[in-house]
Amino acid sequence: MSKVRKQTWRFDHPIYLAATGTAVGPLEARGPLSGNFDKAYNSLNCGEKDWIEAERALMRRAISYCLAKAGKQEGDMDLFLAGDLTDQTVTSNFIAKENRVPFIGMFGACSTSMETLAAGAQLVDSGYADNVLCAVSSHNATAERQFRNPTEYGGPLNLTQTFTVTGAGAAIVTKERGKVRVCEATIGRVIDWGIGDPNNLGSAMAPAAADTIWTHFQDTGRVPDDYDLIVTGDLSSVGTPILKELLIEKGLDISNVHQDCGLMIYSSDQPVGAGGSGCACSAVVTYGYLYKRLAEGSLKRVLVVATGALLNKATPKQKDTIPCIAHGVVLETAKEGDQ
Amino acid sequence: MLNDPKNYSENIKPFQPKIPYFMNCLKAFLVGGFICLAGQCFQTLYISLFHFTKQTAGDPTAATLILISSLMTGFGFYDKLARFGGAGSIVPVTGFANSITSAALEHKNEGVVLGIATNLFSLAGAVIVFGVVSAAVLGMIRLFIEQIF
Repeated sequence: MSKVRKQTWRFDHPIYLAATGTAVGPLEARGPLSGNFDKAYNSLNCGEKDWIEAERALMRRAISYCLAKAGKQEGDMDLFLAGDLTDQTVTSNFIAKENRVPFIGMFGACSTSMETLAAGAQLVDSGYADNVLCAVSSHNATAERQFRNPTEYGGPLNLTQTFTVTGAGAAIVTKERGKVRVCEATIGRVIDWGIGDPNNLGSAMAPAAADTIWTHFQDTGRVPDDYDLIVTGDLSSVGTPILKELLIEKGLDISNVHQDCGLMIYSSDQPVGAGGSGCACSAVVTYGYLYKRLAEGSLKRVLVVATGALLNKATPKQKDTIPCIAHGVVLETAKEGDQ
Repeated sequence: MLNDPKNYSENIKPFQPKIPYFMNCLKAFLVGGFICLAGQCFQTLYISLFHFTKQTAGDPTAATLILISSLMTGFGFYDKLARFGGAGSIVPVTGFANSITSAALEHKNEGVVLGIATNLFSLAGAVIVFGVVSAAVLGMIRLFIEQIF
C-alpha cells in the first residue's frame, strides 16, 4: 500500500474487479448506453409498490447480477460497502440486512460510487478483506422527494437543473485475476466556492472535480494523453465547460479525453434538463459501459471522477452554500503479467 | 480568471444557460389562458344549465377545476403540463390543487394521519398562511378607513 504524494493511493497488489452488475430504469434504458446494462426496468416503480421499494429492487438486482457473473455467493463477501441518496442511506442499510455481509455504510452524495470502490480496493490491497462488494443506487423519485418536491408536483425544469438517474451499480473488488484492474485512487477534498443554488449543482461541483483531477495529475506525474478517457460523474452540460476552463487556466487541457457520465447516459432529446445526476449516474456508466469497454480492451486506462454535492434539503434554505467533493479512481485493462 | 474562489459565482455567469424569458411568458400565457378559458366555460355552463347566478357559480367552477387538476396529478399528466406551462399552470387554482394532491400521493405510504394529513399542506401551507394573514390585515385596514369616513 503506498501513498503517492498527498492524496493518491497506488495499490501495491494487482486489484481487480471480479465482475460488475447494473440495473436501470426506463429512461436510462432508452438512452445512448442502452444495451450496456444487465437489467432494464420498464417502469419507474420496478414492479414494487412504492419508490423506496423500487430503489431497493434496483440495488438488489444489480448485486445479484454482479455475484452471478463473478460466480460467487453473498457468503463469499468479506465486506459490503454501499451508499445512496435516501435519508440515512436506508436503501443500502436494508440491502445489508438482507445479504448479511459485514457492512460499512458510506455517504459522499453522488461521489459515493467511487468512494466505495476506492475504499474497497484499499481494504483488499491492505489485506483486511479478500472480496469486497461495493454498491450504490439512486432513484429519480426518491431523490426528488428527498431534495426537491413531491414527484407529481408540477413546476418548470430549471435549465441548470439535473435529473437523477434511476439505477444501481455493484462491483466486486478482489485480488483474483479479472479483466479490469483498479490501479489508483485520488481522494478528494471538500471544496465550496460559494454556489448556493441547489438547482445548479454542475456549477457548484466543477471546482471540486477540477481540484481532484489537478491533484491526480500532480501526484501521478501523468498527462491527460496517458488516459483514453477521463469521465466526471454528473457535472452536466453546465459544469462540464466550467471544469475544462478551470483546468485550462492551470495549464491542464483535458478537452480531448473528457466526457461526463450525466451527458453520456441520456440523449439530448430526452427531457432531463442539463443532464443526469445521482450516485447511479457514474456507477451505471462505469460498471456498465466503461467496464465492458475496458474488459474488451477498446479503452485501456480510464480515470473516473465521481462528483458529489454534500447538501441536504435544509442547508440551501438556511443560506448555506454547497460543499462539494470528487473522488477519482483509475481503471485499466488487465494485462498479462500484472504484478 | 475562473480559478478565483471569492468571485466564482460572478465569473461563471458566461457559462450559464440563458433563460428564455419571452418563450416562458408565452407558454405561461397560453397554458394559464387555456385553464382560465376552461374555467369560464364551466361557469357559463353552470349558469345556463343549473340556474346559478354569476356570483354563486364561482364555487362549483373552482371545485370542477380542482377535481380535474387532482385527477390529472394522480394520472401523472399535470407535472408534464406544468413543465411546459410554468407559472401558467402554477398560479391558477389548479396549481394549488396539484401541490396538495402531489403531497398526498407522495406521503401515502406513511399512513393516513401521519403521512397524508401531516404533509398535505407542506407546499400549499405558505399560500394559506399568507392568504389568511393578508386577508386579516386588509380587513383591519378597511375597518379602520370605514370608521374614519
